[in-house]
Amino acid sequence: MKILVCISKVPDTTSKIAFTDGNSKFDTNGVQFIINPYDEWYALVRALELKEANGGSVTVINVGLADNDPTIRKALAIGADDAVRVNLDPKDAMDAAQQIADYASANGYELVLCGKETIDYNGSQMGGMIAAILNQEFISNATKLDMNGNTATIERDIQGGTEVLELNIPFVVSAAKGMAEARIPNMRGIMAARTKPLTVVEPSASFNATEVLTYELPPAKGSCKMISADNPAELLDLLRNEAKIL
Amino acid sequence: MATDRFQAPDYYLLDELLSDEHKLIRDSAREWVKKDVTPIIEEYAQKAEYPTQLTKGLADIGAFGPYIPTEYGGAGLDQISYGLIMQELERGDSGLRSAASVQSSLVMYPIYQYGNEAQRNKYLPKLASGEFIGSFGLTEPDHGSNPSGMITNFKDNGDHYLLNGAKMWITNSPICDVAVVWAKNEAGRIHGLIVERGMEGFTTPETHGKWSLRASRTGELVFDNVKVPKENLLPNKSGLGAPLGCLDSARYGIAWGVIGAAMDCYDSALRYSQERIQFDKPIASFQLVQKKLAEMITEITKAQLLTWRLGVLKNEGRATTQQISMAKRNNVDMALKIAREARQIHGGMGITGEYPIMRHMMNLESVITYEGTHDIHLLITGMDVTGISAFR
Ligand SMILES: Cc1cc2nc3c(=O)[nH]c(=O)nc-3n(C[C@H](O)[C@H](O)[C@H](O)COP(=O)(O)OP(=O)(O)OC[C@H]3O[C@@H](n4cnc5c(N)ncnc54)[C@H](O)[C@@H]3O)c2cc1C
Repeated sequence: MKILVCISKVPDTTSKIAFTDGNSKFDTNGVQFIINPYDEWYALVRALELKEANGGSVTVINVGLADNDPTIRKALAIGADDAVRVNLDPKDAMDAAQQIADYASANGYELVLCGKETIDYNGSQMGGMIAAILNQEFISNATKLDMNGNTATIERDIQGGTEVLELNIPFVVSAAKGMAEARIPNMRGIMAARTKPLTVVEPSASFNATEVLTYELPPAKGSCKMISADNPAELLDLLRNEAKIL
Repeated sequence: MATDRFQAPDYYLLDELLSDEHKLIRDSAREWVKKDVTPIIEEYAQKAEYPTQLTKGLADIGAFGPYIPTEYGGAGLDQISYGLIMQELERGDSGLRSAASVQSSLVMYPIYQYGNEAQRNKYLPKLASGEFIGSFGLTEPDHGSNPSGMITNFKDNGDHYLLNGAKMWITNSPICDVAVVWAKNEAGRIHGLIVERGMEGFTTPETHGKWSLRASRTGELVFDNVKVPKENLLPNKSGLGAPLGCLDSARYGIAWGVIGAAMDCYDSALRYSQERIQFDKPIASFQLVQKKLAEMITEITKAQLLTWRLGVLKNEGRATTQQISMAKRNNVDMALKIAREARQIHGGMGITGEYPIMRHMMNLESVITYEGTHDIHLLITGMDVTGISAFR
């Protein structure tokens, strides 16, 4: 089976978030980037496990510019067979989804995996958009994905329980926590990644459906006041007179 | 130990001096340490046990012979990669870094550099995969800083060599499968011999009761008429320069490694100082605490620059023994001072296993002594700049 895994680059969770250009662009200065954890830990690793069990190939795809290459190399070091970067700084999710869908259909991928969301914009749109363009089924937030020939069994967490689905390839699935266990690249993988192909393809027509006007930071967290356990009167006083919620 | 919230300081944006692959190697080692080492290392140090289950992980991240060519099972990496791996390991624990230093620089390096093809093929792949653990026997009970006075010796007995003597303070001795042992021949010349566990008359008693490097095993190598096959002599170099060549490589790794310990202490102290409230303020708001933190990050940054430059020189084959001495001495001292200051910042909490500080501090007391003591390295620099030896 030919598997395509979408990977995106996100700021490390400890990065300081700031904006430029009148709060309309994310300031990447001094920010460390990582592969989006849902893409890396779950989608990619599960794809590799399926390949290890059943054969086939795993390609990772990223829509972005050359500064994404180190992130893509890491995916190769973890075990993907090859990588594709569509040379475009996508303007929104639709822009990126169109590129990935075009590449997937032109190259006959039978299963497309992505993370359930990125940890920066939390859009959760890619999988659905790719599936729609490809006219395929989309399963979101999968916690388990097993293949038996061309048939997949998928589990999703739903309110109060688990939903179990069955469907045939081709389809698109977004991976949630639980689908696999993160792998740390080992030295063999890092060495092998040196010679694995990272193909750069030029984008098909780019367009954006949305435009970002501004970003805002959340309001700063208020400071925390510690009150000694044997002073409940002070607590009541503060709740009444300072927080004014009693 | 509390959860590992380590964040590596990079005050001068030195990451920009590293290649993407360097960073991938370092970050992978860092992730592995966070996942497999820091959650358990305190317990093993307290119990004075080496966590044998980590050997495979060490091999996987390339900690055993990273610069040994791939045809012998190494990773064929450059010296900066080696340094970065050592840094990350020592961020976890100096004991683990010691195990990796010994395996890489003191066992694989001499077999690769001074051994013949048969010896390389026989030992290096197994050492790289962690199937074999190696040790290095130079120090003796009566010859530490002055190894040239060693009395361990071997005689040519026709079809084998007969080895006698004893080595002391040997990292990994109790668990080693092979030992690279330095001994004098009948003419008094120092040679390296590969001694294997199981050879008759070879024993490895453990040294107990250490307050330092507790997660690393240390012991003796005792040779009582051990018959060593002739093919186990390292043929391509002899004299004191042979073991000293290994030490250059290991000391270089230590210069990087201790930065890891220093970073861990600094990072923990910085966080603690921002969270710990005294006199209604985080203790980080007091000038005396800031002085400690500011000096720590300054010293770490200087040490990072020193080792990076040394790594470039080493990659070019230009790093001298004396330059390596300077870096080993400076950086270990820097790390030890930072550990002590960091311990103060943690107050009483600093003496518990809840934080890594005291463990690093005690570990570094060995690191400042082994591979040439702090003072011996000073004499090396002194001799280099004056041209006069002050050793005897
Ligand atoms: C945990 C641990 C692990 C070790 N692992 C290994 C190993 O794997 N393999 C191995 O071969 N060795 C190993 N060593 C040994 C280590 O290298 C020696 O301890 C070190 O070389 C110092 O030797 P010594 O302990 O005999 O001290 P000494 O040489 O007796 O030194 C004692 C003091 O005298 C000072 N001194 C000595 N000579 C002079 C001089 N000329 N001028 C001024 N001051 C001087 C020293 O600086 C030091 O302060 C290990 C040691 C430790 C603690």
